[in-house]
Amino acid sequence: MTADRQTTGNQADEAFRRELLATLPHLRAFARGLSGRPDYADDLAQEAAIKAWTARERYTPGTNMRAWTFAILRNHYLSELRRNRRQTDLDEGVAERMLVMDADQEGGLHLSDMETALLQLAPERREAVMLVGAGGFTYEEAAEIADCAVGTMKSRVARARAELNRLLNTEPDPQAIAKRNAAMRARARRDAGEPQTAPAAKRNTG
Amino acid sequence: MIRKDGEPGWAAGLRKLYNSVVDEPLPDSFDDILKKLDESDDG
Repeated sequence: MTADRQTTGNQADEAFRRELLATLPHLRAFARGLSGRPDYADDLAQEAAIKAWTARERYTPGTNMRAWTFAILRNHYLSELRRNRRQTDLDEGVAERMLVMDADQEGGLHLSDMETALLQLAPERREAVMLVGAGGFTYEEAAEIADCAVGTMKSRVARARAELNRLLNTEPDPQAIAKRNAAMRARARRDAGEPQTAPAAKRNTG
Repeated sequence: MIRKDGEPGWAAGLRKLYNSVVDEPLPDSFDDILKKLDESDDG
């Protein structure tokens, strides 16, 4: 390798490192929402950051570092859940509830109503509402992170919202929901560069 | 509670939960990874 190429590589690494460090707080927040356990979430964030650093040559500069690292984190989290399930011979829901109970008992944590409600959602719905509702990703970005179809992501978010409405005792206003959904569909079509038709609305089976 | 814009009250709570973690300083447990990334320049 020539000195010039070495310098270019170092500059690329440095740029990647700066971007990765800036993303760490977001990785922590996403992991906290997914797992509900602050210490475990920090472990997840660090492990995801190390995986991202190791795989940095696969990252395209100028693309969305937050989305790229979130995908790494959620894949790592899900593989940990599956590993836990194999080890304990429990289903994912039970294993997760145990993880949450352990955190609550050991750390004396007092989870907020919001956190408690989040943890009652199925993992994929919790992930969906964290990505779109908290992280501010578009449905398209969230679907890419979660490796699913955009329609599936929309359905997961809708179901998560309905569950949170129920769990947090907020009565949904049908008119407001219809208005919001129309605005979201319009935004999604605009983001996707699609013509102003709405065939997806009829297929929202989730 | 439903706000005027049709957004349920918890939606703001969800963003607040996320942002509160983003705004926290990184805990000491992150020192190791910060060091690792620093040292990687030498390797």
